[in-house]
Amino acid sequence: MSSTPTREVARRVFAREFNDAAHTFKESDDDRAPVYLLLPTGEQANRVFVVGTLTETDDVGEDSEYWRGRVVDPTGSFFVYAGQYQPDAASMLREVETPTHVAVVGKPRTYEDESGDTYVSVRPEAVVDLDENEAAYRRWVVETAERTLDRIEAYDDEANEYGQMARETYDLPVDQYKRMVVEALESLDGETDDVEASV
Amino acid sequence: MSDLRTQAEEIHEQFSDELDVSVDDVVERLDTLVNEYKVPLNEARRSVVNTYLDDAGMDRDALQGGGNETVQISDIDAPEEWIDLSAKVVELWEPRADAVAQVGLLGDETGTVKFTKWSKSDLPELEEEKVYSLRNVVTDEYQGRFSVKLNRTTTIEELDEEIEVGDDDVEIDGALVDIQSGSGLIKRCPEEDCTRVLQNGRCSEHGEVDGEFDLRIKGVVDDGRDVHEVIFNQEATEDLTGITLDQAQEMAMDALDTSVVADEMRVKTLGRYYRIRGPTLGRYVLANETEELSEPTDPESVLIKARSI
Repeated sequence: MSSTPTREVARRVFAREFNDAAHTFKESDDDRAPVYLLLPTGEQANRVFVVGTLTETDDVGEDSEYWRGRVVDPTGSFFVYAGQYQPDAASMLREVETPTHVAVVGKPRTYEDESGDTYVSVRPEAVVDLDENEAAYRRWVVETAERTLDRIEAYDDEANEYGQMARETYDLPVDQYKRMVVEALESLDGETDDVEASV
Repeated sequence: MSDLRTQAEEIHEQFSDELDVSVDDVVERLDTLVNEYKVPLNEARRSVVNTYLDDAGMDRDALQGGGNETVQISDIDAPEEWIDLSAKVVELWEPRADAVAQVGLLGDETGTVKFTKWSKSDLPELEEEKVYSLRNVVTDEYQGRFSVKLNRTTTIEELDEEIEVGDDDVEIDGALVDIQSGSGLIKRCPEEDCTRVLQNGRCSEHGEVDGEFDLRIKGVVDDGRDVHEVIFNQEATEDLTGITLDQAQEMAMDALDTSVVADEMRVKTLGRYYRIRGPTLGRYVLANETEELSEPTDPESVLIKARSI
């Protein structure tokens, strides 16, 4: 085998499912082993790719700049956080005019507050302003619908260890994600304005 | 010795249907000639083959056709197999070593494969665009790419037929999710046959040199299932980004920094969906044709599926 580590696939997941996830795990004890977020439909995600509408940006940092962006898809919002270690993404969020379509490539991160609630966000490797690129947004929604359906179909397979892990970890009926997919696709029938208004 | 055994195994394979000899028998004969009588290995091989031909009452032609599978180029999937091909010479390249008489690309309907013809094999010249029956060639593999070697026992016969050469390009659809370091405006070593990318004005082979500007993108295209590493050469990079080499040099000059070029390329291309066609080289896809997928996909069929699960 080659010594180059395999690059992790960027999973396609809608915001609602992403935010329902809470469990992270590693597949080995190595400190540098990748951390995976377990998606409720039964797949491990070390990286995600999102195309959505950036509706708000805020500097939520106390001592230094720490930018939060809200990226909306037909099912909910992704929160993207970029600070000094993501300088390109941070300066993009500082300067961009909202609303606009953006593409985000990044790593899932989880945060647990005092009351034990887990929040999931994206630490971006890249955030790109797609301007009026409606086609990329529509393509992402359809693609994410397809990948989500693939996961739902494989959810109960005996051989699908992540399906099994999701069944044991989350008390979430997988059917609700099927309805989410239908809603997301139906939202494309209307104008884009409706997509944003329906969120 | 391992070379002897490889040769012996090849010879053994050629006669295994006809004669009851073991690989060790063949090794012993070769060993006697090579190590006791100091006969060159290829001469020893010829002599041993002739001996077995006599024993089996065969002539050389029967041997050369004998037992090999006629395969199509896309079926070549293992090294060190003896095969027959009918193929067209698509390209001839300049041999880089005296040991190589001809090197180039063979093609059939299913794809293309590199071939090498050794000088010592003493075979007739192949001509570009002509179609040949090539019998008794050996497959080889280097970094995941297969090639075929023509050798002393290969027969070459020109065929009076036309072959429409197919391509073995792959086509990938996906989002460009990363543009890796080493992309954008780069400098290459100007030394002959050295195209290494300079690091801080230095070539790892030739030291400090006056580099030549070039454009390149090492990108990652991801469809949510698989990751493909894609290399865009100058032409493909200009095509993808709309930034020409001249413009890139101007941008770098204005900013006194070459990294502005890659930054601008990221802004223009990251996060967009592309369809890319081209051959694979090791773990890379070499982008020959790139098209931005600007048409929205039709959600209808996915919607039907979603409702039916």
